Amino acid sequence: MKIVFTASADTIQAPLDGRFGRAPKFLVYDLEDDTFEMASNQESLDAAQGAGIHSAEVVARTGAKALVTGHCGPKAFRALAAAGIKVFSTDAPTVADALQRYRAGDLTEIASADVEGHRA
Amino acid sequence: MQELVVISGKGGTGKTSLTASFAVLAGNAVVADCDVDAADLHLILAPSVTMRHEFFSGREAIIREEACNGCGVCSSVCRFDAVRVGGGAAGAPGFTIDPLSCEGCGVCVRFCPEGAIEFPVRLCGEWMVSETRCGPMVHARLGAAAENSGKLVSTVRREARRIAEESHRPLVIVDGPPGIGCPVIASVTGSTLVLVVTEPTVSGEHDLDRVLSLTRHFQIPTAVCVNKWDLNAEMAGRIEESARRAGARVAGRVRYDRAVTLAQMQERTAVETGAPSTVDIRMVWKNLGMQEGSSPALTPARNRQIMASYD
Amino acid sequence: MILAVASGKGGTGKTTVSVNLARALGREIQLLDCDVEEPNAHLFLHGKPLGSEPVTVPIPLVDESLCDGCGECGMFCQYHAIVCLGAKPLLFAEMCHGCGGCALVCPKQAIGETERRIGVVETLRAQNVTLVQGRLDVGVATAPPLIRAVKARIRAGAPAILDAPPGTSCPVVATIKGSDFVALVTEPTAFGLHDLRLAVETVRETAIPFGVIVNRMGVGDRRVHDYCRGLGIPILLEIPDDRRIAETYSMGHLVVDVLPEYGSLFRGLWDEITQRVERPA
Repeated sequence: MKIVFTASADTIQAPLDGRFGRAPKFLVYDLEDDTFEMASNQESLDAAQGAGIHSAEVVARTGAKALVTGHCGPKAFRALAAAGIKVFSTDAPTVADALQRYRAGDLTEIASADVEGHRA
Repeated sequence: MQELVVISGKGGTGKTSLTASFAVLAGNAVVADCDVDAADLHLILAPSVTMRHEFFSGREAIIREEACNGCGVCSSVCRFDAVRVGGGAAGAPGFTIDPLSCEGCGVCVRFCPEGAIEFPVRLCGEWMVSETRCGPMVHARLGAAAENSGKLVSTVRREARRIAEESHRPLVIVDGPPGIGCPVIASVTGSTLVLVVTEPTVSGEHDLDRVLSLTRHFQIPTAVCVNKWDLNAEMAGRIEESARRAGARVAGRVRYDRAVTLAQMQERTAVETGAPSTVDIRMVWKNLGMQEGSSPALTPARNRQIMASYD
Repeated sequence: MILAVASGKGGTGKTTVSVNLARALGREIQLLDCDVEEPNAHLFLHGKPLGSEPVTVPIPLVDESLCDGCGECGMFCQYHAIVCLGAKPLLFAEMCHGCGGCALVCPKQAIGETERRIGVVETLRAQNVTLVQGRLDVGVATAPPLIRAVKARIRAGAPAILDAPPGTSCPVVATIKGSDFVALVTEPTAFGLHDLRLAVETVRETAIPFGVIVNRMGVGDRRVHDYCRGLGIPILLEIPDDRRIAETYSMGHLVVDVLPEYGSLFRGLWDEITQRVERPA
């Protein structure tokens, strides 16, 4: 299964980006063979509006079934839910840290958006 | 990190002048001017721009004159009345797109039988990072008649927060736009505290009501301050009462003070000139739970000078 | 004649000018309050309500029985208002601009339309003035569709004054488009001049003739006058910084009712503007 982490750099040690909709990159981790690849989220950063929704589209295209991030707004959450992607929220500082917590079963799945929406 | 957003509902209540004074009192904040339609904060804080960035938002449709055969399909599908008669290949009548009306939806682009319509991204303005005597400032300029998307406001806020995190500054102060629409929503969502600056008039009272509905809708802690309160003391009291009933807290009131305008003309904030309203402004700042930092703009010697002038 | 009263900076006195001008003229006139985010004209013209209508914008409605999840709609939409992530499209109504594109590109013709409410248009009657105002629902982001709905109520046969929102971007453009003249209200201060420049740039994009009204004369300096003179922009009226005006305004009264001597000032403004429209320089 693939799991996506919001990241601001290209390695496992990358800081986990706190906000889903405007995260610059996604680290797509394959739990079966322990490899990962990066997906750019530049299109969302450039989007005039709907950055969260577009980010959800990018994540859906990776084939991932779960997302780990800091915060996720209501529109993004709705889009992720429609795509069948589970969302986990954490304050882990790096992707590696978040991955460890996920494997240990320490992350809580969020049932609805945990922050108010942003206009853009 | 805290983020204080100062808005007003109604324009002209003195929000920008007050925000400038707050920037000086804070001493160690990052300032964001999100009133992108009519940004004025820089007139008092005199920023030196260190970085400029072009700002693109959305797209616009542009008909290639030489490729237009005047069929008019674009006109029939456009919902925004943006297609005008004009141009056309080799003197035959054609159509052009009015950029003021075009909303960049792409329908005409898709359905033009000649493929004659370009669809480039739209340059809407620019945003800048600057240094001021109060610290770093992020501000922007929206192009004339440009689309008022919240994206520019969001960009300015995001950069201000990033700078605050990287430079370990605990506070971002945002000068927000008037109204309750798109740019205001973009300036307040996710902030830690909103201060609404109003005035003791029926307009101020009416507009405050709508702004408070907005901050309630987005569940953001809100405080209210009546500026120029002594123009109508009774109205000021009424406004404060109705603010409390609406769930906001009253952070204080600031007196009408011509010295504020005089300070503005000298590119100074009220608190730097020792204007009579300074004591009220400092009280509001304190009531918001904020500390006064050490600011290059307000040295201890200058501070003593100002305090002495109160006596 | 359609006169738009606008400004870059908020709080310069647009509404004060609009409502007092309407009352001072003393004849049949329409006042359209296009500041749909914070309409204030009604606070001064205590009108008898004549009617209120909700205003809606079109949004897509997907017939899921016809939809095959191809995703064409989501790929077309510029606003992320309709997206295809699972089997069926997901709609974010508040992002929709109502362009109708998704319905047009759907290969199965599975998308129709329904309506989303954004606010109301209210009509009131206050002596000689028919006041039409728009009130945007709190939380709705875009004003222009409601502004257009307000302006659609302009009737031929009587002059119309449009009270614009503050600023220089699309709500202001939506208000002033199609008018015969724009009066830009400012104050003689640094903020006033700066925002006037921005407003002038915006009005120039529309190619509508315009002039400037300087309010609160005496509170600042001559910089606005110098700027206007330098560019050949006519100054139509100067209103003194009269504390009585501020107090009258604060209580929601009309200046021309409380201080009748100001009536001729506003009537003079109207004559000045009408002349400029009838005989462009």
